[in-house]
Amino acid sequence: MKEEFLIRSPEAAVEAGVISPSAELPRHRRAASNPLPGLNLTLGFTVFYLTIIVLLPLAALFLRAAHLSWTQLWELATNERAVAAYEMSLGASLAAALINAVFGSLLAWVLVRYRFPGRRLLDGLIDFPFALPTAVAGLTLANLFSEHGWLGQFLTPLGIHGAFSRLGVIIALTFVGLPFAVRTLQPVLLNLDREVEEAASCLGASRFRTFVSVIAPTLFPTVLTGFGLSFARALGEYGSVKFISGNLPRTEIAPVLMVLRLDQYDYTGAIAVALVLMLFSFALLFALNWVQGWASKFQQP
Amino acid sequence: MSSFAKWFLIALALGFAVLFLLLPLANVFVQAFSYGWAPYWKAVTDTDTGSAIRLTFIVAVISVPLNVLFGLAAAWAIAKFDFRGKAILLTFIDLPFSISPVVAGLLFVLLFGAQGLFGDWLAAHHVKIIFALPGIVLATIFVTFPYVARELIPIMQAQGSEQEEAALTLGASGWQTFWRVTIPSVKWGLIYGVILCNARAMGEFGAVEVVSGHIAGQTDTLPLRVDKLYNEFDPVAPFAVASLLAFLALATLCVKLFLEWKSRDEG
Repeated sequence: MKEEFLIRSPEAAVEAGVISPSAELPRHRRAASNPLPGLNLTLGFTVFYLTIIVLLPLAALFLRAAHLSWTQLWELATNERAVAAYEMSLGASLAAALINAVFGSLLAWVLVRYRFPGRRLLDGLIDFPFALPTAVAGLTLANLFSEHGWLGQFLTPLGIHGAFSRLGVIIALTFVGLPFAVRTLQPVLLNLDREVEEAASCLGASRFRTFVSVIAPTLFPTVLTGFGLSFARALGEYGSVKFISGNLPRTEIAPVLMVLRLDQYDYTGAIAVALVLMLFSFALLFALNWVQGWASKFQQP
Repeated sequence: MSSFAKWFLIALALGFAVLFLLLPLANVFVQAFSYGWAPYWKAVTDTDTGSAIRLTFIVAVISVPLNVLFGLAAAWAIAKFDFRGKAILLTFIDLPFSISPVVAGLLFVLLFGAQGLFGDWLAAHHVKIIFALPGIVLATIFVTFPYVARELIPIMQAQGSEQEEAALTLGASGWQTFWRVTIPSVKWGLIYGVILCNARAMGEFGAVEVVSGHIAGQTDTLPLRVDKLYNEFDPVAPFAVASLLAFLALATLCVKLFLEWKSRDEG
C-alpha cells in the first residue's frame, strides 16, 4: 500500500495516519488559500449564541455555588439521602449500560452480518427510543410491567416486579440508552476488514475462535464507547424514571432528588446534587475521549 | 458460522427488539383505545390538552429555527475554516448532550427565577421568564442545541470547499454560493438534523418540567400533560395524549427512513 504515503496535504497526512491530528498544521498556507467568505460572521454568531444559551447559564451555576458556604454545600452533596441517590443512579446506569453493551452488540452484529426478513424494519426501530419522548417511554414501560400489564401479568407471579421498583429504573434506563450502543458499533462492524477473518479461517481457526481472537479484540474499544455513551445518557435521564420508579425512597436517582429539592425551594440542595451530577458526566466524557483516542489506534489501517 | 447459530442470534435479537421496542410502542396505542373511541377523543380534545398541543408547537416553532440558524453558522465556520480553539468550540457545542436535562432547567431557574441572578431586576420590570413561555423556550433550546450542528459539521467537512470555491471564482457572491451550492449539497443532513431537533423539542420533559411551574392550560406542554394525567390515575387520558407524541416519534422515524433511502438513491 505504498501509494497511500504519497501525501498531498497535511490533511491527507492526518487521514492516512502518518501524523496525528493534533500535530500543528501550517496554518498560514491554508488561511491564504481559503477564499471563502463569512468566517467572522458565522464564527461570531456561533460564539455569541453558545455564550448566551450554554456558557452564561453554566457560569451562573458556578457563580452561585461559589457564593454558598462550602461546608453546607458539602453536607448537602454528601448526606445520606444524596449518597443513596448517587449509588442508585450509578448502579442502575451501570446495569443498563451493561445490558445495552451485550444486546446492543448483538443487534448491531445481526443487522450488519445477516440478511433476514424484517431486517430493515428492525434497523429503523433501533432509533425509536431516540424519537420517543422519555415521558411516553416511562408511561408505557410502567404499564407493561405493572401487575396487569402485558408483561407484568406473567412476571409478577414469579416475584419479578418490573414497575415501581429498582428493576423498573434499570428497564427505563436500558430503553433510553439502547440506540447509543447499537449505532456506535454498527458503522465499525460495516467497515471491518473481512479479509482478516478469511485469513484466520484459512489458517485453520474455527468460526468461534476467529470471533474470540480476531473480531472481539478489534471491536472491544468501540463496544466500550457505546457502553460509555449509554451510561452517560442513563446518568442524566429523568423523565422515563419518574414514571416507572413510583417515587419510592429506594428507587430515588440523583436527578429525581435534584428536582424534589428544587420543588421545596431548597436551591442550595439542588445545586449540590447538580454539581455532583455534572462532575460524574464530565469524568465520563473525559474517560470516553480517552477510550476513543485509544480505539483510533486500533482502527488505523 | 453454522446456520443454527445464525438463526439463534437473529431470534435472540428479534426477541429483544420485540419485547423492548415494539411492545412499548404498541402498548401506548392499545391502552389509549382500551375503552374505545369516545374516551380517547374526549382526552385528546380536552381544552387543557388543546392548549398543551398549542404550547408544544409554539415552543418548537421558536426553538428549532434558532438552532438551525446556529447549526448552519457553526458548521460553516468549523467545516470550512481553520482557526485556533476549534477543538474547544466543538467540545462546548457537545456540552448540552452531557448535562442532565434537569440540571439544564436548574441553570435557567438560577438565572431568571425569583431567587435567581436577574430575579429582582425581572420582577421590577414585570418580565416573567421562569414559569412562563420564555423559560420553556430557553430550556428547550439548551437541550436541543447540538442536534443540527452535529448533523451538519461532518457532512460539510466531508464535502470540503472546492465547489464553493468554484462558484466564487465564477462570480457568485458569498450568499449566492451559500444558498445555491452549500445548502443543496447538505439538504438531507439538514432535514435530518431538523426532524431530530424537533422531536426532542416537542418531547422534552425534564428540563421543561423544572422551568414550567405546571400551570394547567398555560405552561403545560404535551409531555407535562401526560405526567399530570398519569398522576390523576386516569386509565385512558395519559395514553391518549401520549399517543399523539408516539405518533410524532413514528413520523420522525418514517422521515428518517425516507431520507436514508433518498440520500442513498442520490449516491
